[in-house]
Amino acid sequence: MTVKIYVSRDASAVALGANATAAAIADEAAKRNVDVNIIRNGSRGAFFLEPLVEVEAAGERIAYGPVKADEVASLFDANFVEGKTHFLQLGAANDIPFLKNQERLTFARVGITDPVSIDDYRAHGGYRGLEKALGMSGADIVKEVADSGLRGRGGAAFPAGIKWKTVLDASPIDATKAPLSQIPQKYIVCNADEGDSGTYSDRMLMEGDPLCLIEGMTIAGVAVGATRGFIYLRVEYPHAHRALTEAIAAAYAAGWLGPDVHGSGKRFDLEVRLGAGAYICGEETSLLESLEGRRGQIRFKPPLPALKGLFGQPTVVNNVITFASVPIVLDRGATFYKDFGVGRSRGTLPLQLAGNLKRTGLVEKAFGVTLRELLYDYGGGSASGRPIRAVQVGGPLGAYLPESQFDTIVDYEAFAAVGAMLGHGGIVAFDDTVDMLEQARYAMEFCAIESCGKCTPCRIGSTRGVEVIDRIRANIERDKNLALIADLCETMRHGSLCALGGLTPDPVRSALQYFPEDFAPRTAA
Amino acid sequence: MLMKQSRQAIPIRVEPGEALSPVARAAVRKATERLRDVDGPLLPVLHAVQDELGFVPDGAVSLIAHDLNLTRAEVHGVLSFYHYFRKHAPGRHIVYICRAEACQARGARALEAHAKQSLGIDFHETTGDGAISLEPVYCLGNCGCGPSVLIDVDDLHADVTPHAFDAIVARLRIAS
Repeated sequence: MTVKIYVSRDASAVALGANATAAAIADEAAKRNVDVNIIRNGSRGAFFLEPLVEVEAAGERIAYGPVKADEVASLFDANFVEGKTHFLQLGAANDIPFLKNQERLTFARVGITDPVSIDDYRAHGGYRGLEKALGMSGADIVKEVADSGLRGRGGAAFPAGIKWKTVLDASPIDATKAPLSQIPQKYIVCNADEGDSGTYSDRMLMEGDPLCLIEGMTIAGVAVGATRGFIYLRVEYPHAHRALTEAIAAAYAAGWLGPDVHGSGKRFDLEVRLGAGAYICGEETSLLESLEGRRGQIRFKPPLPALKGLFGQPTVVNNVITFASVPIVLDRGATFYKDFGVGRSRGTLPLQLAGNLKRTGLVEKAFGVTLRELLYDYGGGSASGRPIRAVQVGGPLGAYLPESQFDTIVDYEAFAAVGAMLGHGGIVAFDDTVDMLEQARYAMEFCAIESCGKCTPCRIGSTRGVEVIDRIRANIERDKNLALIADLCETMRHGSLCALGGLTPDPVRSALQYFPEDFAPRTAA
Repeated sequence: MLMKQSRQAIPIRVEPGEALSPVARAAVRKATERLRDVDGPLLPVLHAVQDELGFVPDGAVSLIAHDLNLTRAEVHGVLSFYHYFRKHAPGRHIVYICRAEACQARGARALEAHAKQSLGIDFHETTGDGAISLEPVYCLGNCGCGPSVLIDVDDLHADVTPHAFDAIVARLRIAS
């Protein structure tokens, strides 16, 4: 009898040795004449247990981890293929405490299925949302998405339904009047340029359940009447690129993409485009410029991309997780999704625990969980064993929060109320060895490196910001320079064209506000 | 006696990409011919050229511009905007070190200093033996398991201590 063994193909799992583990299992099985079928699934997202090996035995998936390649022989000795005990055995994978109490809607299949198998996808509820959508009018699909309360998961949290409705109601621009266009055409564009430090949910979803993204984009296409889609993927994600390419090919082969989506007579074509290492291309108008083949410099808004987007045509631009949350909204209904969450933040958010934490990984929970629960109950406190001093939520443009703010709940409005932002749900913890002046300096330095150069506050302000912080560190005219950095932050905040220059002051100001001791004069050590 | 110089026709248009080696020229032509009809072809073309040659040589700019009906300024502007595109040949291996916050929280600042010191080069430089080019990268999406290092295209490493870094570099030097 063939034994089904699961070893992840997720980039982080591979970085921790999953390929070597999978190869060792294949070798050892051949040596011992054990018939195994090794399935390379996505990661369940508990990185402290990767490489995680799961064996299907007696109708359950028994987990072992972390399994380095040199432990594989001992697993066979212990007869793990029948789910027998071993010092690395974790019991049933679903009962692992880190995973058990999560509320996985968007990530329901990640870590469970073979990411590029249409059959496996269908067997786990895949394409039910699209099947329903194909029997609905565009307006009804858009209404369902609007009623679910789904907001853009890329960071800006703009209601997806409103954006989709704008595109649905827009007419494609006559090709003769839109010189870049070949034909009047609406577009669906997925922003997969996940550049924020501490975030990796897009990557995990694209590697672990790419068909879910494909289904979500197809539903968007059917809803607004767009027949072409692009996934703008960052070049730093080669593993995701491979998984997406395989999944798109599988979807075409099975008739879920192409001129006649699942026999509906509707067309939807999808392709992946690679970025080239520019953080700013995660800003939607820069992304569109880049897709059109230009420098990733942001555009003035208006016009909104929903009206004049890619090649001047009406375009839906959403983040990976936004699109990937749409299939379950269509499948289970808006009310089901809306019943999760708090306030105006409905549904679930895949949070990403990163940095100095004992247990890092992906935690999908309904909105309303506190930062403290995530850091200590899930994250297990700092990896170094030292106190957690600062937490940066929402990437390099997010504020640094001190311990006194850890009871803030995961909710867009609650974070805004404390001058922070939830962004894409990345949570980076620092222990008490962190130097907050250096972190503030880095925020300005990063902005200087990644600024597109279009507006002055961002282009020049970031470089001046680094210099001013350097003078504070060197104790040169401290008071004047502290006033100057506050003024510069104000100018960048209000004078920049997009979120890069506009939000870079947040980590700087929060560092100054909550950790002023790190900006105090330093005695020579 | 003065020789009468024969009249020579001066070509009005310089042949684009004439500074390229035949190999590079063929690579650029292959890319532009395959991709010129896609929408927004410039980034895909630059990727294809860099995938083939390891970098985008200077002389490629005029040829790409010619084939895609763009100005040289447009091609140069795009090439120089994106951090990933290289205008010079890299070492035999490229080592990307993540500098972003999540990796900093796990020791990336110390790793960065160690890497520069042990290799004797700064970012964007190549070791004297041509083995290693060192590049910064701003997030590899491995934020739970940093410090993160990417080798060449897709060889991702987690929890890279200075000691582990030395072992990786030693292996690369043997392999190359």
